[in-house]
Amino acid sequence: MSAMNPANPTSDVPPATGGNYLTQTRGILSWVFTRDHKRIAVMYLVSILAAFLLGGIFAILVRTELLTPNKTIVEPDRYNQFFTLHGAIMIFLVIIPGIPAALGNFVLPIMLGAKDLAFPRINLFSYYLWLLGALLAVLAIVLGSVDTGWTFYVPYATDVSAGGTLMGGVIPVLLGVFLLGFSSIFTGLNFIVTIHKLRPPSMGWFQLPLFLWALYATAIIQILATPVLGITVLLLIVERAANFGIFHPSLGGDPVLYQHFFWFYSHPAVYIMILPAMGVISEVISVFSRKHIFGYHFIAFSSVAIAVFGFFVWGHHMFVSGQSALLAMIFSLFTYAVAIPSAVKVFNWLATMYRGAIVLKAPMLYALSFLFIFGIGGLTGLFLGALAVDVHLHGTYFIVAHFHYVMMGSTLFAMIAGIHYWWPKMTGRLYSELWGRVAWVLAFVGMNLTFFPQFLLGTHGMPRRYYNYPPQFQFLNVLSSIGSYLMAAGFVITAIYLLHSLFAGRRAPSNPWGGATLEWQCSSPPPTHNFDQPPVVGDPYDFGALKYDAAIEGYVSKT
Amino acid sequence: MNQLIASLLLAQTRTDLPPVAPEGGTFWLPPGASTAAGHTDAVFYFIYWVSVFFFLLIVALMVYFAWRYRARTPGQAASGQVTHHTVLELTWSAIPLVLVVAMFYLGFRGYMDMQNPPRGALDVRVLAKKWDWFFTYPNGHIDNELHVPVDAPVRLTLESNDVIHSLFIPAFRIKRDAVPGRYNKIWFQARQPGDYLLMCSEFCGTRHSDMQTRVVVHPPGEYEKWLTEASDPFRTRTLAEVGAMLVARRCLQCHTVDGRANIGPSLKGIYEHEVELVDGTKVIADDDYIRESVLYPQAKIVRGFGREMSSFKGILKDKEITAIIEYLKELSNDSR
Ligand code: HEC
Ligand SMILES: [Cu+2]
Ligand SMILES: [Cu+2]
Repeated sequence: MSAMNPANPTSDVPPATGGNYLTQTRGILSWVFTRDHKRIAVMYLVSILAAFLLGGIFAILVRTELLTPNKTIVEPDRYNQFFTLHGAIMIFLVIIPGIPAALGNFVLPIMLGAKDLAFPRINLFSYYLWLLGALLAVLAIVLGSVDTGWTFYVPYATDVSAGGTLMGGVIPVLLGVFLLGFSSIFTGLNFIVTIHKLRPPSMGWFQLPLFLWALYATAIIQILATPVLGITVLLLIVERAANFGIFHPSLGGDPVLYQHFFWFYSHPAVYIMILPAMGVISEVISVFSRKHIFGYHFIAFSSVAIAVFGFFVWGHHMFVSGQSALLAMIFSLFTYAVAIPSAVKVFNWLATMYRGAIVLKAPMLYALSFLFIFGIGGLTGLFLGALAVDVHLHGTYFIVAHFHYVMMGSTLFAMIAGIHYWWPKMTGRLYSELWGRVAWVLAFVGMNLTFFPQFLLGTHGMPRRYYNYPPQFQFLNVLSSIGSYLMAAGFVITAIYLLHSLFAGRRAPSNPWGGATLEWQCSSPPPTHNFDQPPVVGDPYDFGALKYDAAIEGYVSKT
Repeated sequence: MNQLIASLLLAQTRTDLPPVAPEGGTFWLPPGASTAAGHTDAVFYFIYWVSVFFFLLIVALMVYFAWRYRARTPGQAASGQVTHHTVLELTWSAIPLVLVVAMFYLGFRGYMDMQNPPRGALDVRVLAKKWDWFFTYPNGHIDNELHVPVDAPVRLTLESNDVIHSLFIPAFRIKRDAVPGRYNKIWFQARQPGDYLLMCSEFCGTRHSDMQTRVVVHPPGEYEKWLTEASDPFRTRTLAEVGAMLVARRCLQCHTVDGRANIGPSLKGIYEHEVELVDGTKVIADDDYIRESVLYPQAKIVRGFGREMSSFKGILKDKEITAIIEYLKELSNDSR
């Protein structure tokens, strides 16, 4: 393998000539009209984290209201809006776009050794679509006092919050969500084309980093599932405008049909959330175990398998809504089918750690807690797949706990792992490892304290979205609320030390963790065109060609 | 009609609700008080122990590896570089496969049992309505609480006349949505007399979390006693309310209560007002006149109407006629 810098083999990649992507051009306009995938990624990251803050505030309000069985801080209607805002913001603005649009956007082209995505303008356009959709959705919820929960079930959603007008209530919210969906479609399309077309000739499909396999599988879901959301909005509008019965019982429509439409998008969306997370975990675990990922092909194909099976399980949200027993049976079976590729991934990650040289830095801590949390999230899914047991657990706090373990615990922890992992690359700075650990302990303990009691609440029969609850459930609710405060403290600390590192953090070497994927071959932060010298393509998980250089506290090429 | 029922049985905030189930149960589940609970709980605990096993396995391996193979110096290389092992991969795909097929089958069997009630089940209709439950018993009695006999199959037919609700009885391990525009059914057989909690588990608006009521499982013989007593409308309602129900059931085929004439004159505003009969005489429609009209309708015929009304002698009891009179009195008060 040839060296990147043969003249001076132990030195780091020299900083980009002519400045890096952050400094090369200046001024607000150079950001607003940028076509650089890295800047767009940073804009996504900032916006998504802002949304996360907002959604988090509502989460804390919800948990605070639930400290007592009756009124604690607000009236029921206000409470209902809180959880609607929390759910809608977290799902549509944070977790769905989080990893692909922010982290994926940043590293995907670099991992391919490319200059940019295939369609840089579309990339920028999809960011603005996202922004527009986000504003529309949040404003519509706030102004329309929408209190339906993020699932917007009809006829509640169309009757109660509609105010009788054509565009009233839930329709503008769904329009906003649809814009967000379009943004997601464009990103997916961009990713697929980029992976197909901008791969260097020497990089075969099986030399793709697993993060890219995950993003690829995700992109396919984004493109196939999201249009259904658009169709749903359209049907709602047609129904309202033409009094044409589709979903509304008073017009002869069927509310359960709406649920089919909604989950046909929203279940695959769950995999839009989790697959990229799994991709991040594959990278981090391999790099921080200093060991080749175990079972590359199985992990890659399991992403595709999850993406495909993910399309045939939406009905598991309707086991008690009166769909036929035959359908319920089929959906239950497919739901279990998804469990296999998920389990395969977990075992492969564990096998990757076997006989590694494990470094417990923040990204790895989050990755290992992902295994713990996803373990619980995934295994509790088995309860919900079993029809008879789902009848008891459906619509209770067990569901709330389950999907928070999967979506909040797993996806968000993976995203935080990814942010820490690529932070030096994105910003050129190293964050404080010590504070990273402190925050991690708080977030991890807080997360489990928040959501584990909710499993018990659920099995003992507490329904979700309850403002008043039977007094017997108070103890567990208080535990859960305390957990949420701990977790919030962890996130606040994370925000502080990350921001602090921007100004005071140590300068990062180009390869602080010893990753073998191509993004570690360019300088930190990368130049606008990513590589001053064409990267050397090899096995993305072969760490043999790297050696540690104590002088720069990073890894350099051996030759 | 639903509107009327609703106005008669006004929802109140309940402060007298029982806990989900009486004391007992396991760490993870409240006591199971229905025949379905046995199977559901068994499947639950089967999945639970499988999950506990795999979770402990994963975490133990993870912690052990993280400690045993920790890097001691920065930049240390891994001690092995195994990249794959097909037999191992296939094994750990196959073992979960077998287990999940078992879970699927067990869950499916329990679900099918919940779908098909045995013959002769007691039929109770359930109307879910923001934010209360209305249970209609076979004799026509409507109640806000669900009362059932122990050890007898009960079939619930659910409907909603506004948004989607969901009937959930944790102690029975059953749940079914009440969807406007369709009938959903579920059945159960209670095994333990006692009081249980029934909750709405599909979000339905402001007072969703108040949409709870009591399920009373009666010991043998007690259910019938309860039903007879509860069906006595005078126990829980005012005379006028009972009167309104009777008029709705017996008289509205021919009369109206809104002032418009139908086959018979409207009953609105007649009480203690002057009525002209076919022979031109005028009478005041007082208590006696109404009583006579109900028992001997042919005695006096109102001008402009035919002789369609037949006697309610032997059908309506004295007390019921009094109730109707009270209601008609209220109707004329309203119109004043
Ligand atoms: C089959 C149709 C029919 C039914 C059922 C019926 N009615 Fe009538 N009712 C009439 C007709 C026609 C008249 C007018 C002729 C008459 O006076 O008999 C009338 C007259 C009356 C009058 C006198 C009205 C007046 O303006 O003075 C009263 C009071 C009355 N009905 C009460 C009742 C009550 C109470 C019931 C239910 C328990 C009832 N009716 C059921 C057809 C009916
Ligand atoms: Cu789903
Ligand atoms: Cu409800």
